[in-house]
Amino acid sequence: MKLLIKNGTVIDPVNKIESAMDILVEDNKISNVAKGIKIDADTIIDATDMIVMPGIVDMHVHLREPGREDKETIASGTMAAAKGGVTTVLAMPNTTPAIDSKKNIQAVKEIIKSSAYIDVLISGAITKGRLGKELCDIAEMKKEGVLAITDDGASVDDEKLMLTAFSMAKKDKMLVICHCEDKDLASQGVVNLGFASTRLGLRGISNESEYKRIERDIKLAKKTGASIHIAHLSCRESVDIIRKAKKNGVNVTAETAPHYFTLNEEAVLDYNTNMKINPPLRSKEDVEAIKQGLKDGTIDVIASDHAPHTENEKEIEFEYAESGTIGLETGLSAGITALVDTGLLTWSELVRKMCSNPAKILGIDKGALGVGQEADIIIVSPGKEWVVKKKNFISRSRNSAFIDMKLKGAVDCTIYKGKIIYGNGAK
Amino acid sequence: MPKQTKKKPKWIHKDLLGLEYLSNEDIILLLDTADSFREILDRTIKKVPALRGKTVVNLFYEPSTRTRVSFEIAAKRLSADVINIATETSSVKKGETLNDTGRNIEALKADIIIVRHNCSGAATMLARNVNISVVNAGDGWHEHPTQGLLDIFTLRKKFGHIEGLNVSIVGDIAHSRVARSNIWGLTKLGAKVTVCAPDILIPPGIEQMGVSVTNDIDEALYDADAVNVLRMQFERDEKAAFPKQLEYFKKFGITEERLKKTRKNIIVMHPGPINRGIEISSKVADGANSVILEQVTNGIAVRMAVLFWLSQAMDKGNKHEASD
Repeated sequence: MKLLIKNGTVIDPVNKIESAMDILVEDNKISNVAKGIKIDADTIIDATDMIVMPGIVDMHVHLREPGREDKETIASGTMAAAKGGVTTVLAMPNTTPAIDSKKNIQAVKEIIKSSAYIDVLISGAITKGRLGKELCDIAEMKKEGVLAITDDGASVDDEKLMLTAFSMAKKDKMLVICHCEDKDLASQGVVNLGFASTRLGLRGISNESEYKRIERDIKLAKKTGASIHIAHLSCRESVDIIRKAKKNGVNVTAETAPHYFTLNEEAVLDYNTNMKINPPLRSKEDVEAIKQGLKDGTIDVIASDHAPHTENEKEIEFEYAESGTIGLETGLSAGITALVDTGLLTWSELVRKMCSNPAKILGIDKGALGVGQEADIIIVSPGKEWVVKKKNFISRSRNSAFIDMKLKGAVDCTIYKGKIIYGNGAK
Repeated sequence: MPKQTKKKPKWIHKDLLGLEYLSNEDIILLLDTADSFREILDRTIKKVPALRGKTVVNLFYEPSTRTRVSFEIAAKRLSADVINIATETSSVKKGETLNDTGRNIEALKADIIIVRHNCSGAATMLARNVNISVVNAGDGWHEHPTQGLLDIFTLRKKFGHIEGLNVSIVGDIAHSRVARSNIWGLTKLGAKVTVCAPDILIPPGIEQMGVSVTNDIDEALYDADAVNVLRMQFERDEKAAFPKQLEYFKKFGITEERLKKTRKNIIVMHPGPINRGIEISSKVADGANSVILEQVTNGIAVRMAVLFWLSQAMDKGNKHEASD
C-alpha cells in the first residue's frame, strides 16, 4: 500500500524541513520526503494550502479506563485524540485501580491492545494507590514498558519518600513526572487566589502552592540527578524557577496546557464549572509569563491534561464540582490560535512543543517525519476558523473550557501508522 | 407603519443574583420602589394585591431566621402565597441536586425561588437552570444583594443621598457576602467605601473592587458618615488563625469611646445577628447612632420592591412569548 501526500507545507523541525514537500508512505512507514514525488500511489492526498506535520505526542492524558468508563474509555479517548491530531498519548495512572503494579499494567495493556485507535503509552504511579505512602516497584514497571512515573492528581508530600523515588528512578533510568501542588498551601482552594477568589467569594489557590513544590522537586532532582518533568505549569514564579534550574544544569523539563495560555481567571467569573481546573486559571500576568516561557524555551511541551468528567460531576455547586477540562480535540487549534497566529511561536516551534519535544523526553521514536519512521502524520488546515460546540465532541465527556470559543486551524486528516484514521474519507 | 420609539424597559432582569450585575439605574429603581412600599408597612392594613396569585418559594439550605421571615412577610404583604422549604424536610437529604430541586419547584408552578445556600455561586447556577425568577438570599461568601440594598436604602433615608458618603465596613470582609454586596452597590452609587479588618480577614485584590483598605479602626471611623459592622464568626472552621474574641474587640470593636473620636455623627449599621461585646458594644448597638432595627424594617420594603419588579419582568416576558 502506497499513500502519497502532495503539495503540502511540511513542518518537521527535527529534520529541519519547513517547506513544500511531498511525503510517500509505504505500508506503515515513511519511505520518502522530497519535492515533486512522482509515483503511482494507491491513495493520493492533495494537501495544497495545508500544513503537514508529525502526529501530536500528548504526554498528559487521562483516559479514565479502567474504573471510570462513564467519563472516558481508551476507545473513546483515543478516537477523540485522532480527531485532534494526536497519534500518541501518555496515559496517566490515576485510574481505578491505579496503574501501580505488574498486574494492573498488564490489564490496561490488554484494553489498549483491543480498543485503542492510536499509540497509548503507559505511565505508572510513584506510590501504591497514589497514596504517597509506599513506593511502587519501579524496576518491575520499567520491565513492563512503563515510560514514566507520576502520582498525577496528587503530589508526594513526604520529601524523604520522594527523594528515594528520585534515586530509584535515576538508577532505573525512569522519568519522573511531577504534579507540583502543596495541598496545605492550596488550602482547599477552587479558583485562583486574588481577583477571582475575592470577587466570587471562593477559596483561593495561591501561586506558592505550585512553585514551592516545584522548588522542592528541583532540589531533589539536583541531589539525585534524576530526570524530572514538571506537569501543567500555570504561574509566573514556576516559569522563573525552571528557567533558572535549566541554566544550572538540572535535568528538568516542563509542560503547560493550552488553557493556561488561552484563558485567565476572568473566565471563571460566572461560576462556569468547566473553568474549574487544577491548577486554576491564573491572572493575566501569569498567562503572559507562560507564553514567555514557551517562547524562550523554558517550557518544552504543550500537553492537554485532558481530564474528562461527567455532566453530573460538573453541573453542581462550583466548590463541589470536579476539576479539569477535556483538551484532546482542541489543543492544536488553541496552540495555533493563541501562539502561532499571534506571531509568538513559529510553526516549527509549535511542532517542537507538541510533537518532537515530548517524544524526546519520553525517549520514543515519534514526533518527526524522517524516512523509516512510523507514518504518524497529520494534515492541518491552518486558516480554517471554527467554533467549539459541545455537541461535536467525540470524547465521552463534554467538560471543555473552550466551548463557544472561536479557534483557528483545524485537523483535516490524521494518519496513524500509514492509515487514515480521521478525516479525508476515514471511517 | 409608523416607526415606534421603543420605550426602554424599566427592569429587565429575570433574577436578582448580586448587586455586581445591576446598573445604578436598576438599584435606584429598587430603592425608589422600596420607598413607596415602606409606607404600606405603617398602615393598619398592611397588604396590597401586587403579587396576588403568585407563589414564592423560600428554599433555604442554611439556617436563617431574619432573612427568611423578612422575605416571607414581604411576599405576604404583596398578597403572594409563600412556601418555606428548609433542608431538613426536603428531598435534599435524599441527595437531590440543587438544579433538580429547582426544576421540581418550577414544575410545581411556583413563580419565584428565594434561595439561601452555603456555596458561593449556587444562586447563579440555579438561575441558569430554571426559567422562573431566582432571588439570591445569600450564597456562601459571594453576595447577599437584598441585605446590600436594605443597607443602602437605610443610608439613603438618613442622608437623602448616597453619592459622596464615606462608608466604612468593619470585620470579616473575606468571608462576608454582606460586604461584597455593599461594596458593589455603594460604589456604583458613588459612595466612598473603606474596608477595615485585620490583614487575615482582608481578601487579596479587594482594592480592585474600588475600595480603600485599612487595619486602623480609628482611621476607618474618623471621616465616616456610616459604619457597617459585620458579624464576627469565630465558630468558622478555618485553619487560619483568627484573632481571639477579646483581642478583636479591643482592636476593632465599635465602642462609644471610639465613636467620640470621630469627626461626624456617625450612623452605625449591622446586618445581624449581633455579637454584643465582640464586634460592637451593647451601648452602641442600642444607642442613638444605631439604626440596626430600622434596617430590619426597611428590609421588608426592599424585598417587596425586588419581588414586585421580578414578577413584573416575568409577566412581560410571558406576554411577549404569547404574542409571538
